Amino acid sequence: MTAKVVTITSGKGGVGKTTAVANLAVALAADGKKVVCIDGDIGLRNLDIVLGLENRIVYDVVDVIEGRCRLRQAMIRDKHFQDLFLIPAAQTRDKNAVSPSDMVRVCDELRPDHDFILIDSPAGIERGFRNSIAAADKVLVVTNPEVSAVRDADRVVGILEAEEKYSPALVLNRLNPAMVKSHDMLSAADVLDLLAIQLIGIVPEDEGVIVGSNRGTPVALDGKSRAGQAFRNISKRLQGQEVPFLDLDKQEGLWGRIQRLAGGRK
Amino acid sequence: MGGFFDRMFGSKRSAESAKERLQLVLVHDRTDLTPAQLEALKDDLLKAISRHIEIDPAAVQIGLERDGREQRLVADIPLRSVARRRAG
Ligand SMILES: Nc1ncnc2c1ncn2[C@@H]1O[C@H](COP(=O)(O)OP(=O)(O)O)[C@@H](O)[C@H]1O
Ligand SMILES: [Mg+2]
Repeated sequence: MTAKVVTITSGKGGVGKTTAVANLAVALAADGKKVVCIDGDIGLRNLDIVLGLENRIVYDVVDVIEGRCRLRQAMIRDKHFQDLFLIPAAQTRDKNAVSPSDMVRVCDELRPDHDFILIDSPAGIERGFRNSIAAADKVLVVTNPEVSAVRDADRVVGILEAEEKYSPALVLNRLNPAMVKSHDMLSAADVLDLLAIQLIGIVPEDEGVIVGSNRGTPVALDGKSRAGQAFRNISKRLQGQEVPFLDLDKQEGLWGRIQRLAGGRK
Repeated sequence: MGGFFDRMFGSKRSAESAKERLQLVLVHDRTDLTPAQLEALKDDLLKAISRHIEIDPAAVQIGLERDGREQRLVADIPLRSVARRRAG
C-alpha cells in the first residue's frame, strides 16, 4: 500500500476547504479506505471540530515535527471509522514552525500504511500553502461561483501549473441552482470556461453542511443529502472511478458543455 | 434581482457581468500586464510597424486572447495594397 497524498487548497478563505477534507475523509473511509487527514492550517485549527474530534487532541503535527511525540501518538482515531485518523494543526504556533520538507517527511512515514492522506491547506499562497502542497500527488482547488473566489482560484492554479508537477482539479462548492437558473450566479460551465482546468466535483449549497459541522458529523454520512452525494462522488473519482456529475443546473445545452469541459483542456 | 438593479446597471443579468469582468481580469492577472501597459505596448507596436509599412491605425486591432489557460497577444493589422497606395 502506498498512499496518495491529496491536498485541498483554494487561495481565498472560507470557500469550503476544511468542509471538503472532512467530507472526503469520511466518504473514503466509508468505502473501506485507510485515511489520514492532516490539518495544515497552523494557528487556525478547524478540521478537528468539523470532524467532531476536538476533545481527543493530545499532540499535534508540530509536536511530531519537533520530536515531542511519535507520529502514532498524534494520530487521533475517528468516532465512526476505525481506519480514519486526524493529525491536528498546532493552535498556538505559527506556520513557520513547519517547512515543506517536514511535510514530505511526515507524509512519507504515513504512506506505507494508508490509502489516502488528505491535507487541509490554509488560505493564501504563502508558507502554509507551500507546506501543504509539498508532498501532494494531487491538488484539489476549491472555489465558489463568485468573482473573488474564482479570481483567487485562478492565481493558485497558475502557481500550481507553473511548478508543472501538480495538475490541479477543481471542486466548485456552494453552487445555488436556483440562482444559476435566474442568471444571478456563475454556472459550473462558466467557471470551468474561465479556469480551464479539470473538474472533479460540483457541490451544491446545502444547509446540511452546516448542520453536519455543528454535530461534528460530516454531511457525506447523510445518505439523503445532495451535498453529501456530491462529496461521495468526488471520493469515488479520487479512487479512479468514473461517476457522472450531478445535474445541478439544468439549463439547455449547458450540461453537455460541462461534461465536455470536465475532461479539461489538456 | 429585479427592477432596481436593472435600472441602475442596465438589463444584463449579474452572472453575465461577473463572467465578462472575470474574463478581462484573469487575462491581465495571468500575464501580469495591466491595461495601461497593454495600451503602451500597442502604441509601440504601431509605431514600429509604421516605420516599415503604411497602415491605418484606426483599423488595427491588438488585444490579449485566452485559449484555455494560455494567453496570446493577437494583432490584426490590415495592410493597404500597393495599387491603392499609388493611386491614393
Ligand atoms: N456546500 C456548502 N453549503 C453550505 N455551507 C457550506 C458549504 N460548504 C461550506 N460551507 C460553510 O462555509 C463555511 C466555510 O467553510 P470552510 O470549510 O471552513 O472553508 P475554508 O476551510 O475554505 O476556510 C463554513 O461555515 C461551512 O459550513
Ligand atoms: Mg479551513
